[in-house]
This record gives sequence, C-alpha cells and structure tokens, in this order.
Amino acid sequence: MPKISLPWRVTWLYLTLMLFMPIAALLLKAASTSPAEFWRIATDEVAMATYDVTFVTALVTALFNGVFGLLIAWVLVRYEFPGRRIVDAAIDLPFALPTAVAGLTLATVYSNNGWIGSLFAPFGIRIAFTRLGVGIAMTFISLPFVVRTLQPVLQEMEQELEEAAWSLGASRQQTFWRVILPPLMPALLTGIALGFSRAVGEYGSIVIIAGNVPFQDLIAPVLIFQRLEQFDYVGATVLGTVLLLISLGILLVINLLQAWGRQYDA
Amino acid sequence: MTPSSLNPFPSPNNAPNKEPNKEPNNAPNDLPKVAPQSESKGLKRVLIGVAIAYLALVLFIPALNVFVQAFNRGIGAFFSNLVAPDFTHAVGLTLIITLIVVPINAVFGLCAAWAIARNHFFGRTLLISLLDLPFSISPVVAGLMIVLLYGRSGWFGPLLRAADIQIIFSWPGMVLATAFVTLPFVAREVIPVLEEVGTDQEEAAKTLGAKDWEIFWRVTMPNIRWGLLYGLLLTNSRAMGEFGAVAVVSGNIIRKTQTLPLFIEESYKQYQTQVAFSAAVLLALLAVVTLVFKEIVERRTKIKQT
Repeated sequence: MPKISLPWRVTWLYLTLMLFMPIAALLLKAASTSPAEFWRIATDEVAMATYDVTFVTALVTALFNGVFGLLIAWVLVRYEFPGRRIVDAAIDLPFALPTAVAGLTLATVYSNNGWIGSLFAPFGIRIAFTRLGVGIAMTFISLPFVVRTLQPVLQEMEQELEEAAWSLGASRQQTFWRVILPPLMPALLTGIALGFSRAVGEYGSIVIIAGNVPFQDLIAPVLIFQRLEQFDYVGATVLGTVLLLISLGILLVINLLQAWGRQYDA
Repeated sequence: MTPSSLNPFPSPNNAPNKEPNKEPNNAPNDLPKVAPQSESKGLKRVLIGVAIAYLALVLFIPALNVFVQAFNRGIGAFFSNLVAPDFTHAVGLTLIITLIVVPINAVFGLCAAWAIARNHFFGRTLLISLLDLPFSISPVVAGLMIVLLYGRSGWFGPLLRAADIQIIFSWPGMVLATAFVTLPFVAREVIPVLEEVGTDQEEAAKTLGAKDWEIFWRVTMPNIRWGLLYGLLLTNSRAMGEFGAVAVVSGNIIRKTQTLPLFIEESYKQYQTQVAFSAAVLLALLAVVTLVFKEIVERRTKIKQT
C-alpha cells in the first residue's frame, strides 16, 4: 500500500518529534565534545565506580533471578497448589507498582529496624543504604522477566520427553541438565538479558533505597541526575550516551537470543 | 509475528514465543498439572516452598508492608495525610499530566499499530524495534534528552525563551517526559490483535461501500477493544507512576511541579515516612487494579480463542 495515509503520517511525525529528535539531541550533544574529552569524562574515577556498582550488581541480580525465576516458572506451570493463580498474577506486581513505591517499601522493610532488615542487623549485615540494597531493588524490579519468558515455553514442552528419559534410566540430574534445560536456554537467557537491561536503567527505587555514596552504592543513572542538578550538561550527556549505547547493545543481544529461541519453535 | 520485547507488561496477546493461533487443546493453562510419578512428593513440596519463600522476601512482604505502614497509626492519620495541600496538589498534577498523555499516546498508538500491522514495508522489523526503545532507555536518560532539547541551552532554548514559554521545570516538560516513557504501550498491545484478526472483515466492509472511518469504528474497533483498553490502562499506570524521567525535568518544586511519586520520595527524605506511605497506598491500589484488569483481559481473550 504505497499510498501515504493519515495514520502513517501521524506515526512518523510523532516518532520524529518524540523519539528520534530527543535521541538525536543527546547524540549530537555528545558528539560536540572532543573524543579525548568524552573518554576522560566517561572513564573518570567516579564514573568507573558507578559502572561497577550498576553493571556488576545488575548482572548478579539478573543471574540470581535466572535461577529463582526458573524455579518459580517451573512450580507455577507444573504443580497445582492452593493460591497458585494468585501467586501467578502477583508475579507482575513489579511491572505495575510505581518504582517510588517499590523503593519506599523496600527501604523500610530492609532497613536495620525493618521486618527483614532487623533479622540481618544482629549479624552486622546492613541492607538498605548499601550496595546490597541496590541489589534488592534490582531483584524486585527484574523479577518477572525470567518467569514470564519461561512460562509459555515450559507450557509447550512435552512431558513425554522427560518420561522417556526416566524410563531409559536417566537420573533426575541427567534429565534436568540434558533434557529439560537445553530447550529452555534461549528463553532463560532472554529473560536474564531483559532483567539485566531493566536493572541497569532503573532509577526510582534505587535512589530511595541506596545511600547514593560514590564508590559505594552510587549507580550511573543517579550520577547523571546529580550532574544535571549541578548543571553539568556535558558530564550528564557523556554518561547518558554511554548508558544509551549499552542498552542498545543489550537490545541487539536480546533480538539475537529471540531469533535463536524461534528455532526451537519450528 | 512481532518479536517480543522489553515490554514490561507482556500482554496475553503477545506473550513471547506463543503462536498467535493456538489450537484449543494446546492451550490448557488451567488443566490440573499431574506431576510425573518418578518425582517424589517431597521434592515438589520443597520446590514450592523455596519459590514461595523467595517471592515472600522480595515481593509479598514488601507489598504487604505498604498497607501496614500506611494504616499503622489508624485510619484517621491516614486520611488527614490525604487532605494536606501539598498532597492534593501532587495528586492534581499527576491527574492532569495523565489526562493529557493518555489520549495523545492512544491516538499515536492506534496509528502506529495500524501502520505496522496493515502494511508490509522495508524496515518494518526495525520500526518495531525502534518503537520499543523507550522501554530500554533509562528514564533518567529520557529526561536528559528532553532537557537537551527544550532546556535553556537546548536546541529550542533560545526560541522558547523568545516566546516566553517554559517547558523544563514546568508541566509541559513533565508531559513530554511522561509521553516518552509511555509511548510504546498502546501500539504494543494493539499490533498483535490486529495481526490476529486479519483483514477479511475490513475488506468485506470496504466492498460493501463503507467509508474508512466507518470501517474503523464499526469493524476494527470492536475487534481490538480489549487490547486497546489494556494498552490504555498500562499507559495510565506508568504515567501516574513515572519517577525518573519526570524527576529530571521537573525540578521537583513543591506545589508546582511535584507529582505523586516525587511527593513520596520527598516525604521519605524529610523523614515523614507515614505521609509517604499514605500516598504510596494510592499508587499501590492503582497497581492492583491494573493487575486485576490484566487477569480479566487474559480470560476474555482465552474464551474467545477456544
């Protein structure tokens, strides 16, 4: 349909105004700094420390959610137990709950005198206002991704394969590693990558639960915010560009993972 | 089939890796699951227990905490927090921004969904990926982009100053930031429905002489209404709850540019935890409504398919 219709024009106009122009503004502003200057700002001490906190913590929580997400998806798909439907529906809560509310309640529950934090405080473990708190917030917001990407794949998996493996004498471990896990791998990795991507960009819940101290629990998005508050637009832009490029990279990886996953569909 | 994406709300219609046209006997989410015999009851109990314990630590206890904290000084204290002027102003501003953003993004979402689902063109997959970008960009970076466009030293800065229009540190900037982060929701929900419905009915209406607008309102709309409604609800939920992007452009001026999420953070920072939780309950209820509605839509679409 080569005719240029109204919806077609609205789509491109809106995308240009709302999406392409803002991205162009960021990239052109970043391009206006010299490469040496860009590199200096992007790799200065404080920035490097925020990458460490942001990406390493996000990766650890994503993997953590990978393991537990697989377990939760398995339990929800394969087992029948009272309250299963409610638990299933509640998995989406981190998608629907505003991040400010999540940060507020996590900071309270995991503070030294909170419901859960007080259990750890006697052992000298502080959770809120430390990097552990950042990890908890990231775990909360990225929890649903692995569960939701795995569920449909698990549902379509044929149990006969497992039964065949058992009847041929495979042990439970062998069945899990050789029969169950391989077809789940693309979906599992996609879920982990989605969760990682979400955790890397998260701002609201982390700024509340963390102490936001450089070199300890300051994440990259909060550093961007702080630089903007000091009207350091160049500093903010450089960091923002680094984050944008990394999220584009993750997006590419996710698309490749999904293409890999579709091979199993056939 | 559209590739599933960073959509934080995978809808019933575009769950990843799900074939659009399922055979009825292939979709039994609800049939009782029979554990294979060789799996012992003990293992099953342990797995369920670990899963629930993990969810309790990360999800259930924090969610319960919102309501307990809000009401632990009684209903009276709760309601007196809800009539404070700073709070009511934040609610008002949140509602205004949402009322502007939701219709705009609904119109765009419908146009984009139609353009993508009803046309096959070069770069279609790329366009779908582009549409998802707001989901993968950090909200703070999104806010930064708006500042770089409309701020004092931004592209349109001189122009706006000459016309005496303020966008950053004012509500128009907050509308732009909110519209940016909620841009994909409606299109994301409507595209799979449009693809599934196909073009037969629309073509039939056309040969019978219906005009484009008639076809849209009387043929297409009834088919996509549940997907559209769910997309609107997600847009609404995110618009009311958006924090990072709005925080960057707002300047967080009390009784001027403070939305509900910003109000929550500010109250918490001022050690008024009680006030913060009273406001948080409202947003938490919104989240619960969204989830309940999701369940309803999921069941509707399931009934239709079988």
